[in-house]
Amino acid sequence: MGDNGSVQPELLDIAKQVASWANPGEQLEVYVADATETEVRAYQGEVESFTSARSQGIGVRAVANGRQGYAYAGTLERSALTETLQEARDNAAFAEADEFNGVAVPDGVPAIDLNLCDASLESFATADKISLTIELERATLGADPRVSGIESAEYVDSQLQSAVATSTGIAIASRETGAYLASYAMAEAEGETQTGFGYSIARGPAELDVGAAATQAADRATRLLGAVKPSTSKLTVVLDPWVSAQLLGIIGATLNGDAVQRGRSFFADRIGEQVAVAELCLLDDATNPEAFTAAAVDAEGLATRPNTLINEGRLQGFLHNSYTARRSATASTGSAVRPGFKGAPGVGAQALALRPGQHSPEELIAGIDDGFLVQGVSGLHSGVNPISGDFSTGAEGLRIRNGALAEPLREVTIASTLQRILLDITAIGNDLVWLPMSAAGVSLVVADVMMSGT
Amino acid sequence: MLDHDLINRTLQTALSAGAEFAEVFVEDKRSSSALLDDGRVEELTSGRDRGAGIRVVHKDTTGFAHTADLSASGLAKAASTAAAVAQNNAQSSSTDRRSVAVDAGGAVVGTSARIAPSDVAKSVKVQLLANADAAARASGSQISQVSARYGDSRRRILVANSDGLFAQDDQVRTLFSVSCVASGDTGLQTGRESVGRTIGFELFDETDVTDLARRAAQRAITKLNARPAPSGTMPVVVGPGGGGVLFHEACGHGLEADLVAKSASVFAGRVGDQVATPLVTLIDDGTMAGEWGHYRIDDEGRAAAHNVLIDKGVLTDYMWDHVRARKEGRNSSGNGRRQSYQYLPMVRMTNTYIENGSDHPSDIIAGTESGVYVAQLGGGQVNTATGDYVFGMTEAYLIENGEISEPIRQGNLIGNGPETLKLIDAVGNDFAMGSPGTCGKDGQGVPVGDGTPTLRVTALTIGGTAA
Repeated sequence: MGDNGSVQPELLDIAKQVASWANPGEQLEVYVADATETEVRAYQGEVESFTSARSQGIGVRAVANGRQGYAYAGTLERSALTETLQEARDNAAFAEADEFNGVAVPDGVPAIDLNLCDASLESFATADKISLTIELERATLGADPRVSGIESAEYVDSQLQSAVATSTGIAIASRETGAYLASYAMAEAEGETQTGFGYSIARGPAELDVGAAATQAADRATRLLGAVKPSTSKLTVVLDPWVSAQLLGIIGATLNGDAVQRGRSFFADRIGEQVAVAELCLLDDATNPEAFTAAAVDAEGLATRPNTLINEGRLQGFLHNSYTARRSATASTGSAVRPGFKGAPGVGAQALALRPGQHSPEELIAGIDDGFLVQGVSGLHSGVNPISGDFSTGAEGLRIRNGALAEPLREVTIASTLQRILLDITAIGNDLVWLPMSAAGVSLVVADVMMSGT
Repeated sequence: MLDHDLINRTLQTALSAGAEFAEVFVEDKRSSSALLDDGRVEELTSGRDRGAGIRVVHKDTTGFAHTADLSASGLAKAASTAAAVAQNNAQSSSTDRRSVAVDAGGAVVGTSARIAPSDVAKSVKVQLLANADAAARASGSQISQVSARYGDSRRRILVANSDGLFAQDDQVRTLFSVSCVASGDTGLQTGRESVGRTIGFELFDETDVTDLARRAAQRAITKLNARPAPSGTMPVVVGPGGGGVLFHEACGHGLEADLVAKSASVFAGRVGDQVATPLVTLIDDGTMAGEWGHYRIDDEGRAAAHNVLIDKGVLTDYMWDHVRARKEGRNSSGNGRRQSYQYLPMVRMTNTYIENGSDHPSDIIAGTESGVYVAQLGGGQVNTATGDYVFGMTEAYLIENGEISEPIRQGNLIGNGPETLKLIDAVGNDFAMGSPGTCGKDGQGVPVGDGTPTLRVTALTIGGTAA
């Protein structure tokens, strides 16, 4: 683990100590976290709000006789540690036994040395954070005369330290920092308002790019001015990286060993089959330091590793944590994820990316006679069902006519199924970019998508 | 939760840099849940979160800090942090030390629960899950997977501020949900049902979880025969209960004063205007005892209220929290909420609903030549600045020749809020509350309720795949 020396020693000590309280025949997994965060919001040249936050917590998973219980507390006070363990044990007594239950066991895979911290955060003064935020608002407002206001301009930095220890011998601590700028611009022309979002993300404030975030927000808002609602038609869509990364996140959920074992994935029993076009290779790799969700170890404390999910269109395998691996008689892929200390580890993708193609977005667009460049989607949670595969979302962006960008479109939906989309991809761009989510984006061309309008 | 002396001292520290307003919010929340999946009670989880959030407001700047350390020194440290940022950034020149006097009183008047969930044995909760699982699986051989979740929470809050307010509440919520997967020649389909109330374990005196499970199972089975949803624009009839989500997105968020103040709402500057057809009366009401979005005081200590937002089509008012109301020299409408002590409060909805109209639901359907009937909605999203919103249909049917016909597959509908409000041409007399929801805004989730009678929008765009 990179930078291990600066992790508070007590965090790992606390986790190891609680794990050492395991009774004979009992397994314990203890996760301890300590997070600090600063958030600054600017509005009309002033600080609208300044939040200084620190939170700590512990989560304990207890497994005895195949029964699992979980408990957490939002504090690391001594009395809370014993109470939480007691609660987890009591909860386990009421669950039903499952022979595959248990915490992770060291598997000998070494954790990659990742440095996920930026030392510049430590010395970045409060006044600097404030001026950066106010500068972001000013730059957004100044990026284009049609920008009429902002919904919010914010700076956030965070530092997370965590430790996992188990009664089976895992004991590992991690530390990471992050900083980002986000700006939501409003643009106005002839009584019509449009909005756009821009951001910059890095491990520390020194690498943040105010100009890029401001320009992106202004461009995304102003390019939608004059948007019309088109008539319904089936056409080719180009999903921009921001949108394709969200799509990958949903695809990732269907490639999860847990969903497969419980009959909630349309990919079950399809390993080795052609599920996507031959150009498509999908990798989940949290060891890639370019990913903002990179991590040397997963939520159970096992080393992360690259996992090829789809290779040349063929389904290669699923993601596993130690439970789903035992149940499928295979090895964990280091894919345990958890919702902080408030929940036991599940399974999930951590850093998904498609293998980029040869062409730039401009070249891809130049090859389309009638299409729709989608720059934003809405309602992914309400109109997409990763179990059935139904896919329907609100969309906004620009019409493509005869190989060039044309009028902006609004109040339309695009619809297909997840199964069809993977087979209808006609090109993958070369513009891979890591985004503030557990996936990278890349321009993605998909044929035969229904665009519903008037 | 904290004694008056300590609160007064904390407020004093928070004001020491010369701010105009300071507030201490203390929360002690205990949660428990149990999950059944794959035919087995998999896991029980319990948790505790306790801490305080301290807010200091000076001019237009808010400083905020939170701590899980409720000792005198922990609170003093958080208060100083919050105070410093407010002062630094508003260039305060005031050095007056204001005295703060929070009176005794504001005692908690009981909890919202008749039967405290913490007094109910875990074995009883687990049995409910098993009953739901059995009922869902007995609903049809197509049911291939069932999960059921039980959850309860007790959230005790205390709010005190430099205006002398001191208020407490004890909020108990109980929730139960069932999700089913049905398998057939057409693949997998899903059905979900949930019930959630701001009451205790007595929820299960009034709700039979096996009925809930059978409805979820039936929904999944029905959808196995669903056709691809249509595309294009057509009349949409929304069944009783579910339509609240439509209004929550189409105009609810746009009536939140924080968005209005930044002109980030299409409804800014429109109070007094006829924004909807006269059939529409929209209310947000945190006082509805037992409902999922109910509380006695909001997270700023203000009593919940019955707020008429649209009266017979005329926009009457927005929803307000303390900061936005103070700036306008008016009272908060009791809509200041936060996910937990770790967040700043902001304007949020509670229980948002449309009042009954006079149409018979069967007449509304019979009067629709062709369109879509949405029996259950599944959440949505809105861009308040443009008014464009989507909502999902998780159970829907075609309407052909004035009759509900075949089921259609899941998808989103899209519309524009101000336009939709003017296209509502029928409102039924069969009001019902919908399913419990969690409303997300700016990264914070809070429990909300909604309700509507059957109603019709003459034109909405259906996001299907069929021509």
